[in-house]
Amino acid sequence: MLSNTCPPSYVKLALPKGKLLAPIANLLGELNLGFEDYDNKTRDYRLQSVTFPYLSAKIFQERDIPIQVAIGNYDLGICGLDWIEELVTRYPASALVKLSSLNYGEGDIYVAASYHMGISSILELQLRKNDWRIVSEYPNLAEVFALSLRLKVFKIFPVWGAAEVYPPEDADLAVLWAKNEREITAQGLICLSKLLRANAFLIANRESLGNKDLSWILTRFGPKLTAKPETSIKNKPDTQGEPTVSRSSWQAKEINLALPDGHQQPPISQFLRRAGFNLEGYSEKALNRRPSINLDWVGVKVIRPQDMPLQVANGNFDLAITGEDWLLDHLYRFPSSPVAKLLDLGFGKVKIVAAVSQDIAVANIDELRLLVSSGKFAPIRVASEYVNIADKYLRDNHINPYKLIPTWGASEAFLPEDADLLIDNVQTGKTLAQHKLRIIDILFQSAACLIGNKDSLASRDKKGKIDFIVQKLRANSPLP
Amino acid sequence: MENQMCKGMRDLLPEDMLRFRHIENTFRTCCLKWGYQEVRTPTLEYLHLFTATGTLTPSMLGKVYSFLDWNGWSGERVVLRPDGTIPVVRLYINNLAKQEVAKLFYVTNIFAFEETGRENRERWQCGVEFLGNAEAGADAEIMLLAREVIHQLGLSNLELRLSHAGLVKALIKELKLSSSEEAKVTSRVLDGDWQALIEAKSASPELQELLSFLLSLKGKSSGFLHNAKALSLQSSPILRASLDDFINVATLLDSLDCDYQIDITAVRGFEYYTGGCFQLLAGGKKIGGGGRYDNLVPLMGGKDVPACGFALYVDPVVMLLPQGSKESTEPGVLIKTRRITPEAVKTCFNLAQSLRNAGYTAQFDFTGRGVFNYRWTVLVSQKKPFSFTIIDRKQEQRRDMTSIAEILGALEGWR
Repeated sequence: MLSNTCPPSYVKLALPKGKLLAPIANLLGELNLGFEDYDNKTRDYRLQSVTFPYLSAKIFQERDIPIQVAIGNYDLGICGLDWIEELVTRYPASALVKLSSLNYGEGDIYVAASYHMGISSILELQLRKNDWRIVSEYPNLAEVFALSLRLKVFKIFPVWGAAEVYPPEDADLAVLWAKNEREITAQGLICLSKLLRANAFLIANRESLGNKDLSWILTRFGPKLTAKPETSIKNKPDTQGEPTVSRSSWQAKEINLALPDGHQQPPISQFLRRAGFNLEGYSEKALNRRPSINLDWVGVKVIRPQDMPLQVANGNFDLAITGEDWLLDHLYRFPSSPVAKLLDLGFGKVKIVAAVSQDIAVANIDELRLLVSSGKFAPIRVASEYVNIADKYLRDNHINPYKLIPTWGASEAFLPEDADLLIDNVQTGKTLAQHKLRIIDILFQSAACLIGNKDSLASRDKKGKIDFIVQKLRANSPLP
Repeated sequence: MENQMCKGMRDLLPEDMLRFRHIENTFRTCCLKWGYQEVRTPTLEYLHLFTATGTLTPSMLGKVYSFLDWNGWSGERVVLRPDGTIPVVRLYINNLAKQEVAKLFYVTNIFAFEETGRENRERWQCGVEFLGNAEAGADAEIMLLAREVIHQLGLSNLELRLSHAGLVKALIKELKLSSSEEAKVTSRVLDGDWQALIEAKSASPELQELLSFLLSLKGKSSGFLHNAKALSLQSSPILRASLDDFINVATLLDSLDCDYQIDITAVRGFEYYTGGCFQLLAGGKKIGGGGRYDNLVPLMGGKDVPACGFALYVDPVVMLLPQGSKESTEPGVLIKTRRITPEAVKTCFNLAQSLRNAGYTAQFDFTGRGVFNYRWTVLVSQKKPFSFTIIDRKQEQRRDMTSIAEILGALEGWR
C-alpha cells in the first residue's frame, strides 16, 4: 500500500523529437519538470530529470510515442494529436488515454486535392464515382475519412513522407500535416477539409493511471488538465478566408522517374550528370520535389526512398532509384510484385545487421536462438524499420517467440529497455557502438539501385525509352 | 508460455460442435426440402464490395478486419467477410444471373471487430437468400422456413416480429427534413434509436398520431395495419404504398395461421432492406432476422432483381439448446485387448471394421485409461486362436464367443 510518506513511483516519460521538441522543452522547463540535454543538439536519447530522481524520459520519433505509451513501456507521453488519433482510430481498445491538450505545437491535418482535379469541396468527392487514390503518412486517419465520407471505392497509399507531391498524377487526395491552409496552397494543392488539430497532447498508459501515483507530475500540468480533449475527426470544410492560389504547371509525361530525398542526393545527382542527365532543383539545400530534367518526355519526382518500390509496383512510376534494402523489404511483403532491379549503382553502401545490447552475452544468432528458446525474453522484442526483412530473418532463423516493433528511424535508441534485438542498416557501425550495441549478424549488403516496373518494360510505348535511360546509366555505372 | 487465443475468438469443443452440427444439419435439411441450394463464398473479399454498395453503415465498415493481400501493392484492401448477404449476391451476379430465380442458402462465419473482446468477433450464421421473386409469397416463404428450422430445433417461445423498412424510410421522408437532418435521423433509427422519430419536430399532427400509434402499439394481425392506414389518409403515396405492401405480407401470414407481432422497431442495422423485415426471438433472445432487399442486386451492378432473405444467428441458438441434447445415438462398441501383439491388433482392427460396416461405432482402448460411454465392450483374448468376451452394460450380461459373425448376431439380438 502506498502511503503519503512513500517515495513517489518511478515514472517514465516519452518525449518527442522534431518540431515539437523546442516548445515541449520550454513547457517542461516552465513546469519545473525540465530534463538535462532535452534540446535539438542532444545526441543522448535517455534523459534524467533535473530535479526529480524518480523521473526519467526518453526521446522518440513522435509517431512512436503513442505506441510506446499504449504498450506500457512509458507511463506518460507527449506528442501531436495527429499520431495519437492515427493509433486510436485503428486500435480503439488500446491502453492509451488522452489526458490533455497542451496547446503547443502548430499545424493541422488536412485533406487536400490537386487543383488539376477541379474539385473544390468535400461534397464533390461523394458525388463523383471515382476510384479514389488517397496518399498519406496517416493511413488509418485516411481510411476513417474515406469510410465516414462513404467513398464508394478507394485505395490508400501509406507513405513515409512527401505526401504533398503525389497529386495529381500519383494520387487524387492527400491526407497530410501542414502549418496552415496557406502552406497547402503553396504546395499547389487545394484544401478540402481540416480533419484535426495536430497540437501537442499529454497521454498516459491506462494501467499506469490505474496503479501508479502520477499526481505529483499531473498537478504540475495543473489547469491544462481540465481542458477538454478536442473531438477527433471533423469533416467540416474549412471556410476561413480564400488563400492565394499557386498553380504549378503540370503535364503528363511518358516516363516517370522517382528520385530519393535525403543523404543519397549528392551521389545520385553526380551519377546522373555523368550519364548526361541534368537535373534542376535536385539539391539538398533547396529541394524542388519536381525537379526538371533535360529530357522532355521524362517526369521526375522526389519522394522518400522507402516508398519507391510500392510506388513503382502500382505503376505510379516506371523507374526509381532506391536502396536494395527497401526493394527487398517490399518483395518480401509482396512476392509477386511487378518491381525488378534493373541496375546496381554501387554507391550508398550499407550493411543490414542484427544487433543486441552489449549486456546480452551472445555472439551470433544461433546463441541468441538458444537464449530465446530458453524463455529469457518471452517473447523477444525486435525493433526495425524493415518490418518484412526482420520478419523473414526471424522466421528463417527459427527465433520464437518474437514480437516485432515497427519503428520510424533512430531504432538503435530502442535497445535495451524497449527492444532486445535491432535489425537496422549501418555504414560504419559507429552509431551502434555509441549506443553500446553489438552486431551479431550481417543479413546482407545493400547499395543504391535502379528499379523498374516490369509491366512498363513490357509496354511497347515505354520499352524503348526505358532502355535508352537504362543503357545511358549502365554505361556510366561505377560498377564494372 | 501459455498459448493464448486471439481476443474475441473462441474454440468450439466436442460438446459445442455436436450442438453446432445439429443446428447446421437441421437448417440444411429444411432448406433442401424447401428447394434451396447450398452455396459457399470465400472468406476474403475486396473491401470495395462492401463500400461500393453503400449498404453497410460507416460504423460497421469501421469494424471490418481489413488488410493488404499478398498482391496488395496497389493499395486495394481485402476484408474478412463482414456480412453474409452481400457476398452471396455477388456470387449470384457473377455466376447465376441467367437464372431468373435463385434460392440459395449457406452456413458461414462473419467477422466484425467488437471492442471489449468479450463478445465474439467471429460469428456464425445460417442464411437464406431468395432472389428473383417480388411477391409477398416469397416474404412469407422465408419467414415460414425460418420458423420451421427453429421449430425442428425444438426451441420454444418463438416470437416473430414484423416491420417494414420501406415504411420506416417513408415515415422519415414524411418528416420533410433537410437532407443532412434526414441522414442523421436515419442513422439514429438504424442504430435502434427510435426516439429520433418522435423528437423530429416538423411532423404534422396526423403524422405524429401515426408515429405514436406505430411506435407505442404492437399489432397482432393485418387489421392493425389497416387501422394505421386509416390514420394516414393525408400521407404521401409512397407511405401508403409501403403500408399496402406490409398489409399484403401480414394478410398472407394471417391466412397461414402464423403468429406474429407487428413492431415497427424490428428492423436494425442494415441499410439494404427495402420492404417487409422481421426479427426472430426465442426465450427473449434475438436469434435471427431478415427482410426484403429489392435494390441490392441493381446497386451491386446486377439486373433489377428483387430479393429477400434471412439469417439465423448460430451463437445464441447454441446457447438455447440444452447441453447433450444431441449425443450420438449410434450404438457403440469398445474393443480391448490386454497384450498388444501384431496378431491381436490385426484381429481388433478386423473386428472393428466389421462392426462399423454393420452400423456400429467402434474404437479401441489399448491403454485402459480412456473414458468411454459405450453400451458394449468386447475383450479380445491374448492368444491364438482369438476368442472374444462381450459385455453388455445395459443388460449386465457377459458372453464368450469365437467369431466376429457370432458377435454381430448377438449385438443384433440385444438391440
